[in-house]
Amino acid sequence: MAFESLASRLADTFKKLRGRGKLSEKDINQGLREVRLALLEADVNFKVVREFIANVRERCLDAEVLESLTPAQQVIKIVHQELISLLGGRTHPLDISGPPPAVIALYGLQGSGKTTTAGKLALQLKKSGRRVLLVSCDVYRPAAQKQLEVVAGMAGVSFFTLSDRVSPEVIAKKGVEKAVESAHNVVILDTAGRLQIDDEMMDEARRIKEATLPRERLLVVDAMTGQEACQVAEEFDRVVDITGVVLTKLDSDARGGAALSIAKVTGKPIKFASLGEKLEDFQVFHPDRMASRILGMGDVLTLIEKAEAAFDQQKVAQMEEKLRRKQFTLEDFMDQMKEVKKMGSFGDLIRMIPGFARAQVDVDFDPKELARVEAIINSMTPEERQNPDIISGSRRRRIARGSGTTVQEVNRLLKQFFQARKMLFQMGSSDKRLGRLRLF
Amino acid sequence: MGLFQKLKQGLARTSNNIRSKIQSIFQPGALTDEFLDELEAVLIQADVGVEATTALIDSLREESRGKSFETVEDLYRTMAEEVAGIFASIDAPLKVAGQGPTVYTMVGVNGSGKTTTIAKLAHRYTSQNKKVVLAAADTFRAAAGDQLEVWAKRTGADLVRHSHGSDPGAVAFDAARAAIARKADLLLVDTAGRLHTKKNLMEELKKVIRVISREIPGAPHEVILVIDGTTGQNGLIQARVFARAVDITGLCITKLDGSSKGGIAVAIASELGIPVKLVGVGEQASDLRDFDARGFAHSLFGIDQVEC
Ligand SMILES: Nc1nc2c(ncn2[C@@H]2O[C@H](COP(=O)(O)OP(=O)(O)O)[C@@H](O)[C@H]2O)c(=O)[nH]1
Ligand SMILES: [Mg+2]
Repeated sequence: MAFESLASRLADTFKKLRGRGKLSEKDINQGLREVRLALLEADVNFKVVREFIANVRERCLDAEVLESLTPAQQVIKIVHQELISLLGGRTHPLDISGPPPAVIALYGLQGSGKTTTAGKLALQLKKSGRRVLLVSCDVYRPAAQKQLEVVAGMAGVSFFTLSDRVSPEVIAKKGVEKAVESAHNVVILDTAGRLQIDDEMMDEARRIKEATLPRERLLVVDAMTGQEACQVAEEFDRVVDITGVVLTKLDSDARGGAALSIAKVTGKPIKFASLGEKLEDFQVFHPDRMASRILGMGDVLTLIEKAEAAFDQQKVAQMEEKLRRKQFTLEDFMDQMKEVKKMGSFGDLIRMIPGFARAQVDVDFDPKELARVEAIINSMTPEERQNPDIISGSRRRRIARGSGTTVQEVNRLLKQFFQARKMLFQMGSSDKRLGRLRLF
Repeated sequence: MGLFQKLKQGLARTSNNIRSKIQSIFQPGALTDEFLDELEAVLIQADVGVEATTALIDSLREESRGKSFETVEDLYRTMAEEVAGIFASIDAPLKVAGQGPTVYTMVGVNGSGKTTTIAKLAHRYTSQNKKVVLAAADTFRAAAGDQLEVWAKRTGADLVRHSHGSDPGAVAFDAARAAIARKADLLLVDTAGRLHTKKNLMEELKKVIRVISREIPGAPHEVILVIDGTTGQNGLIQARVFARAVDITGLCITKLDGSSKGGIAVAIASELGIPVKLVGVGEQASDLRDFDARGFAHSLFGIDQVEC
């Protein structure tokens, strides 16, 4: 469901396991089932998941894990480590060594973000002192050449293409020749989007490679890609022998399991992460961050620890009971806010929880607002606090007057409350196991 | 090429090996767990997602109680009907205005195929001798307006565009006025790609839609969320968030000429009740199809239909 994440599931499964002390093989399988589901939901390819789990299981059955006092953490650690190593282990630099100009070719499906990536890469290389020539080999999509020309202008690098009646491999070759003449030391080839099952277009991709011998042949992949990532990557790799991957649209809330699928089937490193529409939104790819992202954890682990330390456990239990009975009043809301305040900035913390980062709920209220919220809630009758749905327009005006605030502020608070309630109830019905993470 | 032939070209490659595996473990009679596991694999690998897949398998298990299946095809058909049923219950044709221009707006994340889908729709309607106006309300992406202009020329549609970086609401406004003044049958509004996680861009989108409905009562008649068929589980989140911001009336699943099956549409239909209205099967203007639930469901399982 919407707000499930591996972190919360594992936290729950492992809490149970931890309670029993030493783990059995069955316990491990139980935990790994959650890992499997999470990976599938993160779009890691079905077969890759199967293999991955088999490997992890073996490591988990190690006596050291089974007898550990903190098996939960051990299992998480193993899963995380395995992911990191599959994702390439470390950062992988671009290879533009050798006699100039170094040619970088970008390949990928339609709409994966090649043209924007070309601009980003160009800007980054320009900043490191290279003279970059961007070459558009996309003679198919309307205005694709124009788009790269504009992007080149934005990045402040040179641009080259020929008429869209010239074949892409010829444009690529002439582009490289042009770079030699004009002393550009890096050439970036933007190619047309193509389906990996389109034999003709894949052959063209191969011809571009043969005509220009690019040092880097990067596959540009949308982070939102589903199960087919494997087939796509495998085929591009087979035809042009890719040297690395650029993962785009990572500013979305996609878990990006495709990264794992691709790394696994090609064995090629992911080199860059593209994180936005601005040319500056481009980074070296960090396997450890990606591993946490795929698992929907990372910072959330910290959050759980923090929350555990801050929350009054008795209140937590009360709250869970209330949610089960679908009761959530303004008083509870205020209690929650006070609890959360103990933990620091509300919005930042809440956004560390996977489901919440994407739930477009207005959680940005300032902890300083708490006093005002308290004043508003205190100006309500006990009945209104218990049953906020009855608060009509005239009641809102009265409450505003009573609390020295405005009707807008009362409205805003009620809206926040209703949103929070809706979300809590949604989560409440979707998964009985989310435990304390629900409480915000 | 037949409607789903193109689809199947792609499908054949990937679904064949799964199918032969299933064939080999199938035994006439009641369903075995082993078989259901394989069926689950098929659905997951079509991007249907864990939750929708589980629901489908559960209902198959329920339905097959006491029933026996003679052949694998039998079983697939049952399953495909189940999937088709999800779409059939929410099916609705593209809405058409009673009078004045009919307005369709394409929305979605970057690169999903909005502009191309606009082009395909333009082609469809100009071929029917309808007057079509295109609104280039993507003023953000480099050369987006030029891209649409090429398509306007190719399809014989009118184009309303402003300069790069200008207010998309203003483009929508001018285009609505132009569509009325020129007595257009259709106004097709292209919007910039935006990730659903960008709050301000979602606000901008709301504004574009507001402008349209203010200028043309009842419009937009369709707000189509364009989703790349290659998309995985994030597609469901996209649909949720877009639908919360604007009234999404249908989906267009693009790039189904590739090897992906677009299974996320099943998850979206079952959770959000948003119907698929259009399907993109290529990069040419003619590569647009109306959605056919049964054909889609059958191709999900790689079943050959005599005519689709
Ligand atoms: N193969 C295939 N490519 C498509 C389809 N629809 C769009 N595309 C391609 O996907 C890329 C992005 O499309 P575009 O319409 O510019 O996406 P937008 O950013 O949403 O407007 C372009 O290269 C299109 O040619 C489709 O149905 N099949
Ligand atoms: Mg566009």
